[in-house]
Amino acid sequence: MGEIFILFFSAILVNNFVLSRFLGICPYLGVSRRVEMAVGMSMAVVFVMTLASLVTWLVYNFILLPFNLLYLYIVAFILVIATLVQLVEMVIQKVSPTIYQALGIYLPLITTNCAVLGVAFLNIQEGYGLLKTTIHGLGAGVGFGLAIVLFAGIRERLELADIGDAMKGTAIGLVVAGLLSLAFMGFRGLF
Amino acid sequence: MTNFLVKGLWKENPIFRLVLGICPTLAVTTQAINGVGMGLATTVVLVCSNLVISALRKFIPPRVRIPSFIVIIASFVSIVNMIMEGFYFELHKELGLFIPLIVVNCIILGRAEAFASRNPVLSSLADGLGMGIGFTLSLIVLGSIREILGAGTILGVSLFGEGYLPFLIMILPPGAFISLGLLLGLMNRISKERSN
Repeated sequence: MGEIFILFFSAILVNNFVLSRFLGICPYLGVSRRVEMAVGMSMAVVFVMTLASLVTWLVYNFILLPFNLLYLYIVAFILVIATLVQLVEMVIQKVSPTIYQALGIYLPLITTNCAVLGVAFLNIQEGYGLLKTTIHGLGAGVGFGLAIVLFAGIRERLELADIGDAMKGTAIGLVVAGLLSLAFMGFRGLF
Repeated sequence: MTNFLVKGLWKENPIFRLVLGICPTLAVTTQAINGVGMGLATTVVLVCSNLVISALRKFIPPRVRIPSFIVIIASFVSIVNMIMEGFYFELHKELGLFIPLIVVNCIILGRAEAFASRNPVLSSLADGLGMGIGFTLSLIVLGSIREILGAGTILGVSLFGEGYLPFLIMILPPGAFISLGLLLGLMNRISKERSN
């Protein structure tokens, strides 16, 4: 049990996907202008990452491995994730229009979010079992959410700050992300 | 034709002007040599996928074009991944996760959608090559800066002798974000002054 607990929290704080593994930077910079947007995006990402971890693990262990198709893993994973995102979008649209309205525009963006594909590759690389894979996916998603919501909060303040023309927008955003990453490095001694 | 080739170097440089493909940029540029490896691998995939997508652009139905592009790109990434694992094992280990992740590099899908699916084969080839070279050069610039400041070496050769105390933060994650942010600011400044 303790091992699962450590895996979950180290995926959020120590090996944060955005701030220490550099995965998912595009949505991190793109969808963080407002806190509400960041919250919507991170909920969609948590959901898809957990599900994608689970499904890619099943595909790897029950299709690719027994049929000796390991060389196809990159193609297989990206297709599984793209299909999954489409499916999730359709199900949510039917089941709950309110959630769809909140998450709808973020879902298609997730297909090309390298954090989702990255967590799938990492699970295989680390040789996690089914439970650990799911927990790792969940933790990584929550970590992404934490980083993007914190960043969006800072960015709302930045809009009002007096910054030189050349550094406005993405440039100062990256410097701020660097400081956040510095702060997250403090968690390294945690486990 | 040369116009397609050179626009990726400055005017539409994928990293400094369009801010695409930032994940591998930040992750692998702890050393200049990693930048070279990552840049070349991405360039090969970009050129090949641009070529094939442009050649097939009349046969791919518009409704399923994005999935088709992704499959084409993923096939080339698998090939590059296997070749690198076979022949450049050390470099492949260093770049790790980011070679298979070329699949979701926004530059490649972006060029497929914005350029290769609408233009003839030769211009798409030039476009892919130009963008790839622009990406590679940007990675080398960032990698050199971080390596020189963070380790005091360039391509593994020591620059400042024994007494140099490396600016360690530059090769850690925060250094990646901060140095790219400052470089972006510098590029904005230069392009503004050139247009005035």
